[in-house]
Amino acid sequence: MLGWPQYLSNRTYPFMSTHRPNLLSRLSLALASFFSILSRPGFAADVERLRREGWPAPAAPVVAPVAPVPPVAPVAPVAPVAPVAAPPAPVPPPQLAPETAALQLLGLLQREARFIDFVQEDVQAYGDAEIGAAARVVHEGCRKVLREHFTLAPVRAEAEGSRLTLQPGFDAAAVRVTGHVVGQPPFSGTLGHRGWRATETRLPKLGQGHDASVLAQAEVEL
Amino acid sequence: MNPSTVTARYSLGLDLGTTHCALSWVDTEASDGEKVAQGVLQIPQLTGPGMVEDKPLLPSFLYLPHESELAPGDLGLPWAASQPYAVGEFARTRGAATPIRLVASAKSWLCHPGVDRRGTILPAEAPAEVERVSPLEASVRYLSHLKAAWNQAHPEAPFEQQQITVTIPASFDPVARELTAEAAQAAGFQQLTLLEEPQAALYSWIQQSAGGWRQSVRRGDLILVVDVGGGTTDLSLIAVLEREGELELHRVAVGDHILLGGDNMDLALAYGVTAKLAQQGSRLDAWQTRALAHACRGAKEALLNDATLDAVPVVVPSRGSKLIGGSVRTEVTRAELSKLLLEGFFPPAQASDQPLSRARAGLTQLGLPYAQDAAVTRHLASFLSRQLGATESLEGFGVPQPAAATFLHPTAVLFNGGVLKSGLIAERLLEVLNGWLVADGAPAARLLPGADLDLAVARGAAYYGYVRRGRGVRIRGGTAQSYYVGVESSMPAIPGFEPPLQALCLAPFGMEEGTEAPLPEQQFGLVVGEPVRFRFFGSSVRRQDPVGALLDFWSPDELQELQEIEVSLPAEGRAPGEVVAVRLQARVTETGTIELEALPVGGHERWKVELDVRAEASTQVPA
Repeated sequence: MLGWPQYLSNRTYPFMSTHRPNLLSRLSLALASFFSILSRPGFAADVERLRREGWPAPAAPVVAPVAPVPPVAPVAPVAPVAPVAAPPAPVPPPQLAPETAALQLLGLLQREARFIDFVQEDVQAYGDAEIGAAARVVHEGCRKVLREHFTLAPVRAEAEGSRLTLQPGFDAAAVRVTGHVVGQPPFSGTLGHRGWRATETRLPKLGQGHDASVLAQAEVEL
Repeated sequence: MNPSTVTARYSLGLDLGTTHCALSWVDTEASDGEKVAQGVLQIPQLTGPGMVEDKPLLPSFLYLPHESELAPGDLGLPWAASQPYAVGEFARTRGAATPIRLVASAKSWLCHPGVDRRGTILPAEAPAEVERVSPLEASVRYLSHLKAAWNQAHPEAPFEQQQITVTIPASFDPVARELTAEAAQAAGFQQLTLLEEPQAALYSWIQQSAGGWRQSVRRGDLILVVDVGGGTTDLSLIAVLEREGELELHRVAVGDHILLGGDNMDLALAYGVTAKLAQQGSRLDAWQTRALAHACRGAKEALLNDATLDAVPVVVPSRGSKLIGGSVRTEVTRAELSKLLLEGFFPPAQASDQPLSRARAGLTQLGLPYAQDAAVTRHLASFLSRQLGATESLEGFGVPQPAAATFLHPTAVLFNGGVLKSGLIAERLLEVLNGWLVADGAPAARLLPGADLDLAVARGAAYYGYVRRGRGVRIRGGTAQSYYVGVESSMPAIPGFEPPLQALCLAPFGMEEGTEAPLPEQQFGLVVGEPVRFRFFGSSVRRQDPVGALLDFWSPDELQELQEIEVSLPAEGRAPGEVVAVRLQARVTETGTIELEALPVGGHERWKVELDVRAEASTQVPA
């Protein structure tokens, strides 16, 4: 028995959106939420409320991930789980806690970049030279994690500082308009930041029963 | 070639490297002539406990964990819920902190004639309770991993049904070749061919040129392939001939097995920086030294790839969770890099130089016969001088070496291996070589543009499988050595003198795959039921000896003694103690291994001669 969840054999995790998010889109959602919780206090408060009051029935998330949902509506045939490639369908995966991907990313950042060590340390006591030296380790490692696990592309291809026009119906999720926001699109303005989009995510596949909450093992030299 | 080889859809090339393995494929159904559909397999491997990632290279490391070291399932792979060991990236990083459980450089052990290569001897420094593995077994595990990775990615085209090419150093001796083939068979490989790595690199160059190679080289060109990998340096010379209006490639010489590579260079740099830190009063523990070696590799690559940088900062992080307070900062300067790497490994040697053999520097690891001289340039000089006559009787080559030449003059150079990715090192090597050529009155050699030097060998091997079906140019050459068995002259014993030894040629230079040497006249008397050993020799310079030639005298660098060979005639049908006359015959299998057989005179039996005899008889360890 392989005991290796079928969805984990997918090589990459392209982003996609469906009405009923499959595992892959939930993974991306978890990642995006992770950073939103860190950077936006309001969002964090909402999530907290959702967790406190509006948590769904406990049975639901366990089964949903693998079972390729029979096409309810005649939508385009999305194939979230590769049905051809994998030989005999392995057992359904154990419940994968929604925060696993976030923990995994933290673990990678710690392993490659000593990210948690760096951020958890009180920098007050040190001079810039010392912090700078440590920052090299962190910077190099973070770059490696980004390079190996994500494919990043700017949201807008234009050079920063150039003028551009936003047509009606522009993707408000990908482009944030600021300043003198009045009237109807087309809007014209100056590109302040090109934005970033993760076009591909390649997180390591986790073995069954792997405890992702251990971000860095304690080390004991014998 | 058997029919199933022709029907296999994929030609797979496996680079079984000292430090990394890779697998490339050619889809023969989607390829047409010089338009080749080729790719590199992403190899799933453990990168942390319970964590699997796809990477194009599989580090050739095997880690044998303690039973309580990891949680259950931490060693699981997509194709195996659990196995008691790890190979690949996780093995490498985990083993760096616990070297007593790490098997590294298994390939170098596989060609180490001083040890029992089937014996459970690795890790060499492991305490008694660690269950050791043989160099052969370690290779089997890497190859099995590659096979499983392929089968997982291509369930529609089982590995066992594809055409497989595994690469080996050109300098591998017959036993190491046989063991590599045996490891592949043990891993379940069916249709296997061995290919020399420098040839694979040249095949990759040919494939990348998409037919343009015929314009880049001409009749009379002599291509020097220099392959400096993680653990070994491999040299080959390939001549460009013209026969019946077609260009042909002919491998005319290969160098000795030199255990010297990028890992030695990283270590040398790390030692240099450690000494500098010690002068500044910072002492590093073992963990930090390893972290330093890692950081130095990064600094080396930055300096070697960007000639405008003068120094690169190197930070050794603290081991504990206090990162800021405990890190040690220093830098690697260009001057240090030049002194340690360029001058240490690629000094401007003379064409007449020989590698120095003296007390070993601090680069050695217990047991392996590392090169005593770290200077790649001196090894190259010695190789070219020895091979001065390599093209003498080459039909269709047409360009004789000048009479005054002191070494063989290459006209083109192809670099391969991770070390030569660096522009500065490649430049230095070419500069030294061209210095010799100019001093000898010859034109400078030109550089053939290589491609991805990490993957060229695997790619070239997959392409070779494709051209073997007759769809492109093949490099000819056959065996790179002639082989001899030692014959003791029968003469009255003189106290204090060993009886003179003659060498009987069994296999001539350049035997092609799937051919058999003629049967020499010389007979040997074997005692039934008793194993008899013979001394065995190889020569990379005696190109003219026919089978049956009996040498009375040779200079020490003409013939190298290899491991002894052993024949034993079973007692069935004969009286034990009876003496039977046999003759010895050599052949090269389709796979590319060399086999010797003993044929009783007047009989029809054939007995296999063991090339891989237990090590205790062979006390000599080649430098």
